[in-house]
Amino acid sequence: MGAGLESSTTNRSSMRNRLSSYWEPYSQVPWLGWLVSALIATLLEQLIGTPLARVLGLTKPPALFGLVIMLKEPGLIPSALVYVLLIYLVPIGLVARFGASLANKVAARLLDYPVVLSALVHIALLYATLHLWSGVSDYRLLVVKLTLIAVIVTLSLNVVNGYMGEFSCSHPGFMALGAYGASVFTVLLFVQDSRFGPPLLPLPLVLQHVLFPISLIVGGLVAALGALLVAIPSFRTRGDYLAIISLAFMFIVKSLFENLEFVGGPRGLGNQPDLATLPWVFFWTMACIWIINNFVRSILGKALNAVRDGEMAADAMTVNTRHTKMVAFLFAAFWAGVSGGLFAHVLRYINPGTFGIRKLAEVLAMVYLGGLNSVAGSVVGAVGFNLLSEALRPLEIFKWIIIPVLLIVLMVFRPTGLIAFTELDVGELLKPKVKPEEEVEYAAATR
Amino acid sequence: MPLLRVDSMTHYFGGLRAVHNYDLAIEPGQIRGLIGPNGAGKTTIFNLITGRYTPTEGKIVLEDREITGLQPHQIASLGLGRTFQNLRLWRHMNVLDHVKMAHYSKITYGLMGAFFGTPKRTREEAEIEDESYSLLELVGVSHLADQIVTNLPYGAQRRVELARALATQPKILFLDEPTAGMNPEELAQMMEIIRHVHAELELAIFLIEHRMKVVMDLCQVIQTLVFGEVIAEGNPDEIRNNPMVIDAYLGKEVEV
Ligand SMILES: Nc1ncnc2c1ncn2[C@@H]1O[C@H](COP(=O)(O)OP(=O)(O)OP(=O)(O)O)[C@@H](O)[C@H]1O
Ligand SMILES: [Mg+2]
Repeated sequence: MGAGLESSTTNRSSMRNRLSSYWEPYSQVPWLGWLVSALIATLLEQLIGTPLARVLGLTKPPALFGLVIMLKEPGLIPSALVYVLLIYLVPIGLVARFGASLANKVAARLLDYPVVLSALVHIALLYATLHLWSGVSDYRLLVVKLTLIAVIVTLSLNVVNGYMGEFSCSHPGFMALGAYGASVFTVLLFVQDSRFGPPLLPLPLVLQHVLFPISLIVGGLVAALGALLVAIPSFRTRGDYLAIISLAFMFIVKSLFENLEFVGGPRGLGNQPDLATLPWVFFWTMACIWIINNFVRSILGKALNAVRDGEMAADAMTVNTRHTKMVAFLFAAFWAGVSGGLFAHVLRYINPGTFGIRKLAEVLAMVYLGGLNSVAGSVVGAVGFNLLSEALRPLEIFKWIIIPVLLIVLMVFRPTGLIAFTELDVGELLKPKVKPEEEVEYAAATR
Repeated sequence: MPLLRVDSMTHYFGGLRAVHNYDLAIEPGQIRGLIGPNGAGKTTIFNLITGRYTPTEGKIVLEDREITGLQPHQIASLGLGRTFQNLRLWRHMNVLDHVKMAHYSKITYGLMGAFFGTPKRTREEAEIEDESYSLLELVGVSHLADQIVTNLPYGAQRRVELARALATQPKILFLDEPTAGMNPEELAQMMEIIRHVHAELELAIFLIEHRMKVVMDLCQVIQTLVFGEVIAEGNPDEIRNNPMVIDAYLGKEVEV
């Protein structure tokens, strides 16, 4: 029996060795390589996606990597798998593997310039990929936009619940304030509406697009104003008042909008102009990641960690703890408001019911899934949760059993979430995975 | 004129009178000691002066400016730095960030600098980082700069706390039992560091200690506190030979 146990462990470890030796070449692929590969795969899909789907007996290219199809029509699983393999996995794998050395060289070269340049190149590649990929169907476009918006909310809640270590439940309320604030702004100014009358500022569509950010900022500021109402009583004394006050706030905001007839009451508010294009949503998401990451890596931002891990030591070290908490809370609310504004203009209809306890559960799930105190974690959490949630949509009600169970399993095995307590150093992230000298040795060794 | 003056300070915790009619005058550059049995009120005095509690009665004046009732962070930025009896480090933060954090009140780049990573912020944080490294060198832990504090041995954690307190650029440094829990070797090093810091940075030091050797070796003036009241004040020899002090506090320890 002892021998059996031994052989099974050696089996397992040899399997792991084998797996890691397959993975080895891919660990040398820098982000630049992955992004270019993904772009090439989406280009390939543009060219041959539809015909290939037909040949395989699918009516159109699978929207979400075949996940939805597999659950809806199990008979089509082989076709969907072949599609995903031929369009995504094989091309990405090949390009990443054999383009790695070139990608490393280019990535190294890019970092000869300020890191901003490298970041912009990567962002441009990411945008191009998303643009092409989401161009295939309206559904994909919607999923991409909502996922990007989720990244913003998740990050902003992480500032409070992760970096600052307080438990806030008011984010759906802030989203609602932002959504209604931004919607009233654009509907009032730009469109003919049965409730708000003729546009106050009838501008050509191009200018409306240009002015759209103002409405988001208005939404963000309205949310920040609401946050002030929560922050003043919550941060005046020490103690865990925030959880309760913020939860109350969320319900108050919801019933406020249910009772405000001029924004439609419980029936909601529609007719938002179609301004939340992919470029804008993408821009705001990147801006949010950049600004929040800047903030949490500065001394002023790290003061949040100091307050969380020892308020007494923090103020003895000259940190103005109350000011720090207020600023962070309002800052987080601003971003939740911006995400609400984007959300309203993506769906072009909102009602108070959207911003309730279920939204809260989603946002909390994304934050804790991704990991506290981590920008990368929030991005992963939001993207992962959204894709999962979309993929499981065909299961209807069972989706709300499977997702919580998955979350619980995750919490058991990784209690702090996927990527918790890390710092996102963009320069470090975009570095080549192999230095040019090592590259030579590596090539010699594998030959 | 003394750097810091405390006039007849009294503090009650509910019905408990923790400090009674406490007077203090610290001269620039002085090293002072505060001794007394457990529960005498020593830490409470530190907490009162540094703004953690507001005294029930009395007045605290730092260089002509009354600081009674100010917030702890205000008092800290006016020049009262401190360490804690039970280490209070931030458990997810590395050593360097601890020391950088204590420069908080000197930051001028503002929120916009923090959000947008302006050149001003980059410059200022680089300067702060340099200063922080030199403080870490001063207390001998610069090689641990990127370690998370909870991974460090106890003696190193105490040093990090000291470096962090120094980063607030104190005029007076309050040390609450800086050698508590240290082995003889760490203790000797810590005393050396305190002397070094005192000479190098020209600050006044006010320290609470239970180990007589440390207090007697370092301090010029020592107060003995019993039940919240000062029963004796004087230089090490006077304190050592004061019958009241021997009776109330030293008796047992001198024999040891
Ligand atoms: N926040 C508080 N609330 C109520 N009582 C307190 C508080 N802090 C201290 N005390 C009481 O005040 C008295 C003095 O405590 P303090 O901590 O100042 O003593 P100390 O001289 O520092 O003792 P030690 O040598 O053990 O550190 C003790 O009786 C303590 O229980
Ligand atoms: Mg004490």
